[in-house]
Amino acid sequence: MTTTQPAIVTAARDQVLERGIGLSEGQVLEVLRLPDEAIDELLGLAHEVRMRWCGPEVEVEGIVSLKTGGCPEDCHFCSQSGLFESPVRSAWLDIPMLVEAAKQTAKTGATEFCIVAAVRGPDARLMAQVAAGISAIKDAVDINVACSLGMLTDEQVAALAEMGVHRYNHNLETARSYFPQVVTTHTWEERWETLRLVREAGMEVCCGGIVGMGETPAQRAEFAGQLAALEPDEVPLNFLNPRPGTPFGELEVMAGPDALRTVAAFRLALPRTVLRFAGGRELTLGDLGARRGLLGGINAVIVGNYLTTLGRPAEADIDLLDELEMPIKALNQTL
Amino acid sequence: MSGFCDQCGQPAGDHPRCAARRELEPPRYCPDCARRMVVQVTPTGWTAHCSRHGERRSSPSA
Repeated sequence: MTTTQPAIVTAARDQVLERGIGLSEGQVLEVLRLPDEAIDELLGLAHEVRMRWCGPEVEVEGIVSLKTGGCPEDCHFCSQSGLFESPVRSAWLDIPMLVEAAKQTAKTGATEFCIVAAVRGPDARLMAQVAAGISAIKDAVDINVACSLGMLTDEQVAALAEMGVHRYNHNLETARSYFPQVVTTHTWEERWETLRLVREAGMEVCCGGIVGMGETPAQRAEFAGQLAALEPDEVPLNFLNPRPGTPFGELEVMAGPDALRTVAAFRLALPRTVLRFAGGRELTLGDLGARRGLLGGINAVIVGNYLTTLGRPAEADIDLLDELEMPIKALNQTL
Repeated sequence: MSGFCDQCGQPAGDHPRCAARRELEPPRYCPDCARRMVVQVTPTGWTAHCSRHGERRSSPSA
């Protein structure tokens, strides 16, 4: 028996795989609407695209929360907002523990370490803590340091670049049309402005978001198109992990097939970008998710724990990369 | 046996949702007194501090 390849898959093979041109928003929506029976073929194509335009290397990263909880913003997915009845309490990580976290990350083989703070934007105290932390890390560990500290001013962008921050994460989180349903204390456009400043300062732009927050497939496609327009160096792809006490705390976990379609669709929209598996993958896709994602367009992972929740043991992901014969990206190598 | 659930802070008992959550969550409430703990997650572990009962840590393999 022969089966007919869906037209969008045929089109993507020529457009994305052969010519390196990412799918448009409308095409991404067609991918997101493919039936479950087409997922294996879709993931296979996304994997081919990733291998063709990015190569077999995988970028491995660890993350840590420098300042946890007490955030004044109302991102409805986040347990660190001070506006919700979340069980997460405020905490600050001291410099020795930050350096230890960087060492733990480097031990896994990771070449990226991202320092994250739950803030609207950094104040002078946080900037000083970040400066001291980065200096101490660079003295002790050979690892690239990235930061995620919320919205920045011109001066803060310049200061972070001066500290040697090579990449800055600031997620747009979701489609522009859906953002007001997710955050009301700042705008999508304010986030975009920080990303513009980061790029102008010469830092790499890391920008992704969370899927499964109640957005429609059309809005998910819109988001992929908006990320493609931004041309970020890295896109972290999170799946909603409904946090107790938050406005999204009772949402259903995204179905596995939807998550896999999204992975492949984002790869086909962003053929050359570092596409990172981030939070929520364990919940949405289980242990098999790491394998299917890495064979479906993903070429970067966050290993170990997340900011306030736990992940798979780092060794499980590193062993999987070894089994799949996907080398970890070396320090200072560009994917 | 602990007096309180470390996920929801309610008296210990049969909490299927908390049990499922615990696989990917550090403790949030002190199992001795149900106070919310200050929790710090790191790439390979966690610490949780109760103002009354002190610090708990993940096992080395966590």
